[in-house]
Amino acid sequence: MWDYIKLALLGLVAVLAAIAASYGRDLAFSVNAIEVFIAAMIAFIWVLRGIDVPNTDPQNEYLDGVIRAGVVATMLWALVGFLVAVVIAWQLAFPVLNFEWAQGYLNFGKLRPLHTSAVIFAFGGNALIASSFYVVQRTSAARLFGGAGLGWFVFWGYNLFIVLAATGYILGATQSKEYAEPEWHVDLWLTIVWVAYLVAFLGTIFKRREPHIYVANWFYLAFIVTVAMLHIVNNISIPVSVFGSKSVQVFAGVQDAMTQWWYGHNAVGFFLTAGFLGMMYYFVPKQAQRPVYSYKLSIVHFWALIFLYIWAGPHHLHYTALPDWASTLGMVFSIMLWMPSWGGMINGLMTLSGAWDKLRTDPIIRMMVVSIGFYGMSTFEGPMMSIKAVNSLSHYTDWTIGHVHSGALGWNGMITFGVMYFLVPRLWGRERLYSLRAVNWHFWLATIGIVLYAASMWVTGIMEGLMWREVDSQGALVNAFADTVSAKFPMYVVRALGGVLYLAGSMIMAWNLWATVAKQPLATPQGQPVPAQ
Amino acid sequence: MDYHIFREFADSWMLLFLTLVFCGVVLWAWRPGSRAVHDDSADIPFRHADKPAAKHR
Repeated sequence: MWDYIKLALLGLVAVLAAIAASYGRDLAFSVNAIEVFIAAMIAFIWVLRGIDVPNTDPQNEYLDGVIRAGVVATMLWALVGFLVAVVIAWQLAFPVLNFEWAQGYLNFGKLRPLHTSAVIFAFGGNALIASSFYVVQRTSAARLFGGAGLGWFVFWGYNLFIVLAATGYILGATQSKEYAEPEWHVDLWLTIVWVAYLVAFLGTIFKRREPHIYVANWFYLAFIVTVAMLHIVNNISIPVSVFGSKSVQVFAGVQDAMTQWWYGHNAVGFFLTAGFLGMMYYFVPKQAQRPVYSYKLSIVHFWALIFLYIWAGPHHLHYTALPDWASTLGMVFSIMLWMPSWGGMINGLMTLSGAWDKLRTDPIIRMMVVSIGFYGMSTFEGPMMSIKAVNSLSHYTDWTIGHVHSGALGWNGMITFGVMYFLVPRLWGRERLYSLRAVNWHFWLATIGIVLYAASMWVTGIMEGLMWREVDSQGALVNAFADTVSAKFPMYVVRALGGVLYLAGSMIMAWNLWATVAKQPLATPQGQPVPAQ
Repeated sequence: MDYHIFREFADSWMLLFLTLVFCGVVLWAWRPGSRAVHDDSADIPFRHADKPAAKHR
């Protein structure tokens, strides 16, 4: 019966999407509608082919099919996101790469949000969803709530959101909010998918067979719930037409700016920090084969992070129309955040105490340790940059870009790579990775890439900050803006080279993971069995 | 409740309440006798890696 309702719904969606495509008031909206039409038709055929097939949802097995798909998607989006990153890095160094024939589509302004969304939401988001499904099932000792249907809806729904958003950016649909660019119709779709994700995750926790909810799940749950709240509040807008992508924000002026950076900073805090800390608290103990250093510290780490992070956003708006008390509040909370962050870093690193020799033999644990190191480094740098006096130098310069990337490439990237290397042999039932040497190559390429990136951005950021404020004896500015641009050229080239190394490392990883699945023999029976679903 | 009253409440009683809740969480984590519970919880990733549990622990 449920299958027939699904068919009717999908048919209705397809018809409505086709109508929306023909009535679309702008190209981006029409193309989005066509994409929805295609997705609904594929889902229709898929449901039709599976109709009246008895639905087996074996409760004595984990649901790993969705996680395998999530790992593949994570890897593919990593390659896309890093490739676009390298392209725009070269575009900044050599503006001639903003080709005349591609103006309006593939110039820096269009590709930059494509890059940020591809790495944060496509690469990071898929890694978070896949790893959270893996962790919540294993630490709850229960199969995913909602079964294969709900799991696959979350996976395909989320990836459809990414495709809708990405084509929208290129074709010009954006509400011009950093990291929240997608327009209203795409936002609505993400809200539906996110609620389904919350239901699957929370439902698994409700039916857990372990009395205690393991700390990694607390972090994942904080990530899911907070991102839902941020997404809804920051995207309150009224569409100009139901058949057009343009919408008007309900907030205006400084309230809009404050809401945006409340969203923006907590996207960092809960998407890129809390979610990835969930990974750290499960996969680092697993790979090190030792329980986390201090479970008490992990509890305090969680609550301190949750209590403090939500207030830190105003530090993005120092010396603007924002009231002084608000930006001071943001600064003070950002500085306080340093403590729980370092508590978490110590907890992660000390998990290896007594097993430091693994650093020499296990490149995966080395990746995880470097990632925790970068977590510590960027959570020290961040509070420092939130201090108003420092911010007056660093803000609007490339120092900010360097800071973001030491966190994103170092912390989020490296921990995700470690998790992928951990997951692939287990999910596909292979005894071990195809090549540990290749993991080593990846490790060094990525690490050197990050060092080149961060160092060049520090130099160029502080240089341009100092050049902007340099005045002569009469009080006149010494440098024109264009002077700083030409002075930054060598550092831009170094940064792009760092990006090339990082991309090269991820290509080695993609090959290594593919070879693990394609060329490695199946593990012996006492190892991991291959689940049917 | 207009903004002013809301704000007054937020930076007095609510602030005090949340600070106390946070201190309570920290004290509760370090309460005497919690070590065994926490050791057991920290061990969760090493159980049920392959299959769900048949019944409640």
